[in-house]
Amino acid sequence: MTGALSARRSSRLLRAGVLRSNGGRVGATLLVVAVSIIICGGLLAPFSPTATLGVPGAAPGGGHLFGLDFIGRDVLSRTLYGGRSTLVLAGLATVATYTIGGAIGLIAGISRTAVDPILMRGVDILLSVPALLVILLLVTAFGINGPVLVIATSLVLLPGVARIVRSATLDVSTRGYVESAIARGEPTRALLLREVLPNISGIVTADLGLRFSWSIILIASVNFLGIGIQPPTPDWGVMIAENRVVLASNPMAVVGPAIMLAILIVGVNLVGDAYVRQLDRPSGSE
Amino acid sequence: MPPDGTAPAPQASSPAPQSRDASPRRSHPVLRFVLTRAGAGVVTLLIVSVLIFLCTSVIPGDAVTVILGKNGTPKTVAALQARLGLDAPLYRQYLDWLTGMLRGDLGKSVVALAQHQPDPSIASTIKSPLINSLILGAITSALLVPVTLLLGALAGTKADSAVDHAISIPSLILAGLPEFVTGALLIYVTFTLLHLLPPVSLVAPGASPLATPDVLVLPVLTLLIVAVGSGVRQVRLGMIESLQADCVQFARLNGVAERRVLIRYGMRNAVANSVQTIAQNLQYLVGGIIVVESVFAYPGIGIYLVSAVVARDANKILAAAIILAALYTVINIVADLMVVFLVPKLRTELV
Repeated sequence: MTGALSARRSSRLLRAGVLRSNGGRVGATLLVVAVSIIICGGLLAPFSPTATLGVPGAAPGGGHLFGLDFIGRDVLSRTLYGGRSTLVLAGLATVATYTIGGAIGLIAGISRTAVDPILMRGVDILLSVPALLVILLLVTAFGINGPVLVIATSLVLLPGVARIVRSATLDVSTRGYVESAIARGEPTRALLLREVLPNISGIVTADLGLRFSWSIILIASVNFLGIGIQPPTPDWGVMIAENRVVLASNPMAVVGPAIMLAILIVGVNLVGDAYVRQLDRPSGSE
Repeated sequence: MPPDGTAPAPQASSPAPQSRDASPRRSHPVLRFVLTRAGAGVVTLLIVSVLIFLCTSVIPGDAVTVILGKNGTPKTVAALQARLGLDAPLYRQYLDWLTGMLRGDLGKSVVALAQHQPDPSIASTIKSPLINSLILGAITSALLVPVTLLLGALAGTKADSAVDHAISIPSLILAGLPEFVTGALLIYVTFTLLHLLPPVSLVAPGASPLATPDVLVLPVLTLLIVAVGSGVRQVRLGMIESLQADCVQFARLNGVAERRVLIRYGMRNAVANSVQTIAQNLQYLVGGIIVVESVFAYPGIGIYLVSAVVARDANKILAAAIILAALYTVINIVADLMVVFLVPKLRTELV
């Protein structure tokens, strides 16, 4: 428990722990494959992802490894480009989830006033509506654009974070070091950031992988439904939706992006799972 | 999207033990729980309806322009706003909508008004998608519980065998995928490769999907694959755990038939542990159909909602959203009750 050194050592231990299980190894491999395709794919793309090159829905062949899509664009190039938008938006949504959810949980947990129930009932309301409905309504009200998608997705996911952070904060706030900090008269902000946050971060980040994969799923689903990223931007969700019409002549136009999304999501899930299991094992943590 | 594991736990309010005998005219504890839970549901739904109304009320600024197009003069705009009741203050509009809705009047479609359709009322167009969705949801729910229990129990009793792996690994991988990925891959296999099933679930307007059951197969299968996974894992774990208990050893030593041991001692505890997860998965279906219907072009409330969002038809969004929210709340309450009734520990806490 002494500062950055032990934090770094335990994080290295955890990473080794993730790779120790079969699921973790498979997941890490899938994740590395997916992320490297997403980052470097654009450099390898043989064609422009938005140029019309031939007969719509043409089967693989003639220099087009995955064939052509519903308006004659190269499916391989679009697949190589198609993960960026989803990954970036999902990453930002996860950060927003932990920032906003964490702040709500910390404030609710440390305050012994009416602020706590008010915040937590507000969070409950978010859970009383299906996730996609929340996003659909916010898109309705504020339009289809990146920031709205990120905030909407994080609103759906933050109740879980807020609850965990709140209960962890409540738990920690009766410990000696917090009470003595209160007695020292430290301002609440310093109290939360210096005393509470470092001591609850382990519990709170345990399901980071799970929430990241939900962000990816939600963002990709919204793109698929046509209310997220708009064509002609190459995006896996958008590609699956628009290429259903050429499923019979060139199934790769649908299957390609579907498999890429599956690799990314399964990778994140397996790594997340291995990480949680690792935390549970008594030898792994501290 | 797979169900969120963070749905609210049933709040079994447990009054102090002394109060039990204090008032002899105490109402029945279970009945009281049902009433409290239903009351909380109504309050939540009212708050949600206000929020939904606020979200869609941002559009009506557009609604008038949608109807009049670009050649609206300030005068015609004002006249139309008055006709649609948009000149009233917001709270007045909300109350009008709420009282109308409680009488079964869901308002008029803005787009239908703009196109001068003979019957712009939403109630007439939302009925058949709603019924179609309920059919899809009912069939899936009816299959969800037995399939979860069966697969979970099978994997749990034969833990670490080939059977277990054949169930556990796909349930881990498939349950995490979005509906439209699973659906697209299913279409690829059953339609493109095997020519077995139709790729889209076309249902003629006015016809029931039950008349052409093959259109239901893929949507139901997709929903099941996504919803079953977490429950199967939970039942499997519960089964493994409960079969290690002493009572199971004693039962076996006493010569109780293995079948009976599995069902009476194994299954019972496994179910108690997984009721919560299964209940959440049932609730997930309400949101899950939104995507699944779009994947298969199944004419239900989900497609109705998404197309209304794309067309920016405020009243339609409002109607579909409040119906889905109400369904979600009702299933939430039913799920909570199910958990309380099926898990003895929670049930006694109520008393």
